[in-house]
Amino acid sequence: MPEITYREAVRDALGAAMRADEDVFVMGEDIAEMGGSMGVTQGLVDEFGPERVRNTPISEMAIVGAGIGAALAGMRPVVEIMYEDFLTLSLEQIVNQAAKHRYMSGGQVKVPLTIRTQGGAGWSPGAQHAQQLEAWLVHVPGLKVAFPSTPEDVRGMLWSAIYDDNPVIVFEHRLLYPVKGPVPDELEPIPLGKARVVREGTDVTVIATGPLVHRSLEAAKAAESDGISVEVVDPRTLQPLDEDALVASVKKCNRVVVAHEAVTRMGFGAEVAAVIQYKAFDWLDAPIERVGAKFAPLAFAPVMEQFVVPGPEDVLAAIRRTVGK
Amino acid sequence: MAKVERKRTLNDESLHEFLREMLLIRRFEEKVEERFRAGELPGFLHVDIGQEAVAVGVCRAMEEGDIFASTHRAHGHALASGTHPNAVMAELYGKVEGCSHGYGGSMHLYDVEHGNFGANAVIGGGLPAVVGAGLAFRMRDEPRVAVAFFGDGATNIGTFHESLNLAQLWKTKTIFVCENNHWAESTPGWQHSPVWDDMSKRALAYDMRSIKVDGQDVQAVWEAAQDALEHARGGDGPVFLDVETYRMHGHYIGDPQVYRTREDRDNAARHDPIERLRDRLGVSDDEFASLDAEATGIVEAAVEFAKNGTDPQPEDALRNVYA
Repeated sequence: MPEITYREAVRDALGAAMRADEDVFVMGEDIAEMGGSMGVTQGLVDEFGPERVRNTPISEMAIVGAGIGAALAGMRPVVEIMYEDFLTLSLEQIVNQAAKHRYMSGGQVKVPLTIRTQGGAGWSPGAQHAQQLEAWLVHVPGLKVAFPSTPEDVRGMLWSAIYDDNPVIVFEHRLLYPVKGPVPDELEPIPLGKARVVREGTDVTVIATGPLVHRSLEAAKAAESDGISVEVVDPRTLQPLDEDALVASVKKCNRVVVAHEAVTRMGFGAEVAAVIQYKAFDWLDAPIERVGAKFAPLAFAPVMEQFVVPGPEDVLAAIRRTVGK
Repeated sequence: MAKVERKRTLNDESLHEFLREMLLIRRFEEKVEERFRAGELPGFLHVDIGQEAVAVGVCRAMEEGDIFASTHRAHGHALASGTHPNAVMAELYGKVEGCSHGYGGSMHLYDVEHGNFGANAVIGGGLPAVVGAGLAFRMRDEPRVAVAFFGDGATNIGTFHESLNLAQLWKTKTIFVCENNHWAESTPGWQHSPVWDDMSKRALAYDMRSIKVDGQDVQAVWEAAQDALEHARGGDGPVFLDVETYRMHGHYIGDPQVYRTREDRDNAARHDPIERLRDRLGVSDDEFASLDAEATGIVEAAVEFAKNGTDPQPEDALRNVYA
């Protein structure tokens, strides 16, 4: 299989969807000639023109809201919110409008809108350019939320998001954009709502999202030298959540660590822990461990940022705690 | 959507039909007030009394395929765009036969078949979507227009400004209908906007064409809306309709309006759009009584229909969350 970067994989999916369907178009800040602040949409305007690759004003409410309207009118827009911190500006449109049109209309309308955004710490952007806010959105009925962690996943899942008839928020991670990974020759759609076992093991299940999938793999390798066999499961889609796959792994390993880069408290991992204790209580041999950011905004100084954000060593420590080592 | 006229002038027959429609909205809203006070309607409601000419004038100027977004004050728009009074009333009673099947309620009336893509309970919440729909119509080269209704209170919220800017920038097939009734709930225009008596200045700031119109004159509203719709339909860009109107009742049913002087309420009552059209058409007392009886009969029947409607099953609440 060829190897491409996560960034190229996103671009691949966008290009393929626009080639396949005239109703697909993209809009966002600086996405045309500049190619997006992360370079994801580079070259798309050359192929598809400025009508379908639309530079917008700095106007998050209107970007998302116009996407909603175009979706209501039958198109399949993909909007980019440059940083998920700025998603907060469009939250009214996402939460009150996109998520609820179908419901409030009693099923008369649908909103096939995809919102791409990215975040993630590790490069000292400070408190307003690196938050992980996926937990805010998984709480809202009517939205689907995806957080792919590999090039193959982001390509296949973004395709599925675009062709889903519901509003889907696709979280990407800044540090993953340059990461390479194998992808099939042809784009293969990956259904939303399906978890993936990234690494098989027998002693501890680590349920990880986004960059923590990669950090957990590092931790798993280190644990192996201690004789601990770690299974890493990536839910990939946070809403709907593939509970069966998570529970199946827990029933095999009997010990669990839940890991994400977002703040631990009230985070997505809390819901995962609740699901597991309810559906696999009798299989648990140790308390569920949670790994995430400490309860503070992201500081600028690298040493402080690094202290707050979870790394492989935090996952490894949690793995060890579950086995009492 | 019912097409009344393509010409730029209305004949007396059309105006009589407008009178009938406005009277129907008036009697409908009065009945809604009555039934709400009787404790039959859940939630809370906002009636359109005094603003009927805006709903009728704009909705009757729209064509098949045009769509609109409404507001919390939605009943008039729904009725004027062709949703059956039974379906609107049934929605207010929370019945399956309602135009949103009981999922929406008074502030979320939908009827896609008649172009109604949803009434919004967040002030300004529906505006960006109307820009997006107008963009889609432009990109697909469809002769359709998306219409946004909103009040003067919405002109201070971010979505309004972002929407006007984007619509004009991209020349979307959109018209913005500002129903300036001079009240943002209980706050008078002069307390909420420096340009409250001339909202067209808002459009000017975005280089958008605006048309000022007397919202109590249904013919003037219809003509202005025709003009605006044709402009947008032809791809010449969005238009801002600056509609001066009057809210004859409170913000919501039961609003004691302690914030409003008797003089202001009397002034609003003097601008009754139905009286005005009736005078213009020279409708006799007998003829009016007959129109009135017809409207009242339709509304009574709507209440009967709604009361006999089907209650949703509780677990229906879990349907329609996802497509």
